[in-house]
Amino acid sequence: MKAWAVAAWLLIWHGLSAYVGQGIILPSPASVAERLVGLASEPSYWFSVLFSLSRIVAGFVLASAIGVAAASLSSWRRRVGDFLAPAIAAVKSTPVASVTVLALLWIPSRNLSVFVSFVTVFPIVYSNVRKGLSETDSKLLEMAWVFSMPARRKATYIYLPQTLPYYQAACLAGLGMCWKAGVAAEVIGLPDGSVGERLYLAKLYFATPDMFAWTLTVIAASVAFERLFMALVRLLAAKVGGAGKAAA
Amino acid sequence: MTGLGLCGVCKSYGGNAVLSGFTGAYGAGEAHCLMGPSGVGKTTLLRIMMGLELPDRGEVVGFGGLKKSAVFQEDRLLEGLSAAANVSAACRRPPGAGAVMESLAAVGIGPDSCSQPVRSMSGGQRRRVAIVRALEAEYDALFLDEPFKGLDEATKAMALRYVRARSAGRTVFLVTHDESECVAMGGTVTYLSPPPGAGGCGNVRRAGSGRPWGSKQC
Repeated sequence: MKAWAVAAWLLIWHGLSAYVGQGIILPSPASVAERLVGLASEPSYWFSVLFSLSRIVAGFVLASAIGVAAASLSSWRRRVGDFLAPAIAAVKSTPVASVTVLALLWIPSRNLSVFVSFVTVFPIVYSNVRKGLSETDSKLLEMAWVFSMPARRKATYIYLPQTLPYYQAACLAGLGMCWKAGVAAEVIGLPDGSVGERLYLAKLYFATPDMFAWTLTVIAASVAFERLFMALVRLLAAKVGGAGKAAA
Repeated sequence: MTGLGLCGVCKSYGGNAVLSGFTGAYGAGEAHCLMGPSGVGKTTLLRIMMGLELPDRGEVVGFGGLKKSAVFQEDRLLEGLSAAANVSAACRRPPGAGAVMESLAAVGIGPDSCSQPVRSMSGGQRRRVAIVRALEAEYDALFLDEPFKGLDEATKAMALRYVRARSAGRTVFLVTHDESECVAMGGTVTYLSPPPGAGGCGNVRRAGSGRPWGSKQC
């Protein structure tokens, strides 16, 4: 992301805010920044950020791990894939609001964002990794078969490098989605102390600068986690790519 | 390991007969060259022997349960791994780094190149890595499908010397268009010719100068 582009958008925002002239409808970037600094000085702000972050990230990590495991299993045993297909199709097209309202019947609202984040990310990771596995180079698999390569070596040297780009793409898509869905679920379920609840309260009291400040907080947390997680995945990719060096 | 053979083997793809009643017997511990024009079914025959393809009809004798090793028509290397790691990855009991380096050096791949990912190697180097991988792996039968393709004459001679030395007294099947490779390997030669007419299975193909089985013996 280029600094000049961010500056340009801030300028556009400032211009629009000045044109509208009503902070309750569109506050200026300066007033939002001022509010953000004010919020950040309160411990409850950090508690809310930590509350939502830990749950949304937990949902993402769970979805990522179980998605990879389920995709591997369904590639290995076709019936598993057939069994999971209707559930995946249903989850993919169910609106976040429906998932949230239904989930509230089954689980306490404080864990809502874990579930919603999981349900949002799982089908993305599952579908991408499964596609990656199904498109693994059959010639390399033949080679492994001829040489009677053990399963662990096949997984490390053939499946992992060939599936990793699909997993990376899934993570990139899932990381943005899990924050959108997780916070939306919190706004509906209103777990105490969550970012979603603070966003809802800001809306209730027409505290528009607060709404913008919380939204910026979500964006910042989402981008920071995305960068951190993708850096870890890139590290893994480099390790897989350079495995030869280590093995040699 | 006793005799190996194929008896009345037929294989077709989409109605096009590639092998039509192929019959041949091969002694264990010997080198066998398979020659013939392009598209005649040499690679298909090798794939059937390796167990990568099933024949439509006919019998494959003695190949099941053998430990196999191969140089495929394509290099089929693990791109992210070094030359040495590619060799080790294919071995049931990976040899020591020193032994692998020595084998790679025997085909002209020096220690500097050994630790590079194979994706950064030239076509000729990659081919030689594939050859060393096949020869270093533990095997009862070695299948070589045009293994020296793309190598210049000097490199080919070096690689051929290495293959001959490392596979002496072992069962080797070599597909090639170059008769000098067969001569160098010192084995029997089977010439394959195209099936007479399209389709149909039952035209027994001559199994060259190996030890052909007559159709009655199958």
